[in-house]
Amino acid sequence: MPILTIDQVMHAYVTNQSAVLALDHLSLNVERGEFLSFLGPSGCGKTTLLSIVAGLITPTKGRVLIEGKEIHTMRQTIGYMLQHDYLFPWKTIEQNVTLGLKLTGKYSEKTKRQTLALLHQIGLRDVDDRYPNELSGGMRQRAALVRTLATDPKILLLDEPFSALDYQTKLKLEDLVWETLKQYRKTALLVTHDIGEAIAMSDRIVLFTARPGKIQKIVTVPDSLRACTPFQARQHPDFSPLFQMIWKELESIEQT
Amino acid sequence: MNKHEWLQRIYDQYMAYEKREKRIVRFFQAIIVITFFSLWEIASRFQWIDPLLFSSPSSIWHLFITKIRDHTLLSHTTVTLTETILGFIVGTMIGVCFATILWWFPRVSKIVDPYLVILNAMPKVALGPILIVALGPNMTSIVAMGAIISIIITTIVVYTSFKEVDANYIKVLQTFGATKQQWFTEVILPASFPTIISTLKVNVGLSWVGVIVGEFLVSKQGLGYMIIYGFQVFNFTLVLLSLLMIALLSSIMYQLVGWLEKKLIKRA
Ligand SMILES: Nc1ncnc2c1ncn2[C@@H]1O[C@H](COP(=O)(O)OP(=O)(O)OP(=O)(O)O)[C@@H](O)[C@H]1O
Ligand SMILES: [Mg+2]
Repeated sequence: MPILTIDQVMHAYVTNQSAVLALDHLSLNVERGEFLSFLGPSGCGKTTLLSIVAGLITPTKGRVLIEGKEIHTMRQTIGYMLQHDYLFPWKTIEQNVTLGLKLTGKYSEKTKRQTLALLHQIGLRDVDDRYPNELSGGMRQRAALVRTLATDPKILLLDEPFSALDYQTKLKLEDLVWETLKQYRKTALLVTHDIGEAIAMSDRIVLFTARPGKIQKIVTVPDSLRACTPFQARQHPDFSPLFQMIWKELESIEQT
Repeated sequence: MNKHEWLQRIYDQYMAYEKREKRIVRFFQAIIVITFFSLWEIASRFQWIDPLLFSSPSSIWHLFITKIRDHTLLSHTTVTLTETILGFIVGTMIGVCFATILWWFPRVSKIVDPYLVILNAMPKVALGPILIVALGPNMTSIVAMGAIISIIITTIVVYTSFKEVDANYIKVLQTFGATKQQWFTEVILPASFPTIISTLKVNVGLSWVGVIVGEFLVSKQGLGYMIIYGFQVFNFTLVLLSLLMIALLSSIMYQLVGWLEKKLIKRA
């Protein structure tokens, strides 16, 4: 059974001015341990889809199942990292990253230590007692990632998690996240605008059409690339042809 | 000269400049006070202004000493100060509670919105006579005056800041399955702390207005009573003494709120 089933999901945003269709008849199955990336033009509904999967918005039509069950009963299995870090400015970094543990009742000396260890592993040392406004954009995003990982969710939803990072940090973090997820066989949905990142990290890449978002094509990444870490994949001979192919595909989406 | 010494020197220069600047500001502030009171005294002595009406710093000072000796000033001041602090605390707390209710029940807030606007526009001191008849001519009705004057504005300002908290912070909590009460304690309240503190500052001034007007009407004791009494027996020295006391006390209260602000909001 797939861990995540998106079944005929449609979503319209209704405002005082109008009702706008953001997602149109979207269906998708995701297997446990799979890494999926979503690529598509800005405004095509990627964030909307993640919010629906996270149970933050109820789709106008259709349903989302996790291990065959409705999402509102399965919220604890999902970790969602929003497009911006949204660290709480009035909390220290330690209080921020352990927030999820406290809210889900998983807070203990042990889980706290694990979370802080992860924070250090990801390159944030000596910042536990600092406030978010004392950190750089990249540091904040890493802290937000740790906050999401802290509750040990089975499915991770990542909305452009690496977009505010410098290139070097980004490559390092890609490897770190990829290894962590593979090690614990976690399922991940990643939204990105970076084709290279999608190829380097994913098992499958979902290409969206412009608004209303529909699936244009699902590209399966060849085994040769999937076996490598993201960093190695970027050097692999198969990388470039796939990049070209996706590039052309996206070009054709933008023209229609 | 090495870099460290150089940095130290730049820092020292900066600090010296800051210190000098501060001294200059203090100096001119002192000059203004001294000039004001000296001119007042001189103008009164030479009858440039009517001493019966405007009194003079020296007569106020003499009255101050007399009133301290016979303990009446202290008792009047204590009464007024107690009423003001109570009115201030009650008004602010009820205002924040109302704001919380409005935030918790969005439909209630939509329904009462126009009435809030009307209540806010109405001059609350006009309710004085009704309050005094309803609650009796005593401290309770004066405290109620001090409170009522700040409740509605506190409700409106605090509720507005509750609403303006970035909804994405709530989203973060929702992803962890938080309850509505947790939204309030983890996000809404801490995010609105700066606004709540700034309404505290406004409310200090408002409760003084409410309490003094209340004392005018009840006319039994307190600094407001001293003003009304002085006015009735044409003792303007007494009126001015009370005014100076009020100015002094309200600025001390204001400073205390400022100090509280620094304590509560640690992050820069
Ligand atoms: N709260 C909202 N109310 C009304 N319309 C909305 C709302 N949120 C999003 N939309 C609209 O829905 C569409 C999809 O938005 P969404 O945020 O999902 O796009 P996206 O693919 O994540 O874009 P980006 O890559 O720029 O982040 C957009 O056209 C947007 O204008
Ligand atoms: Mg988005």
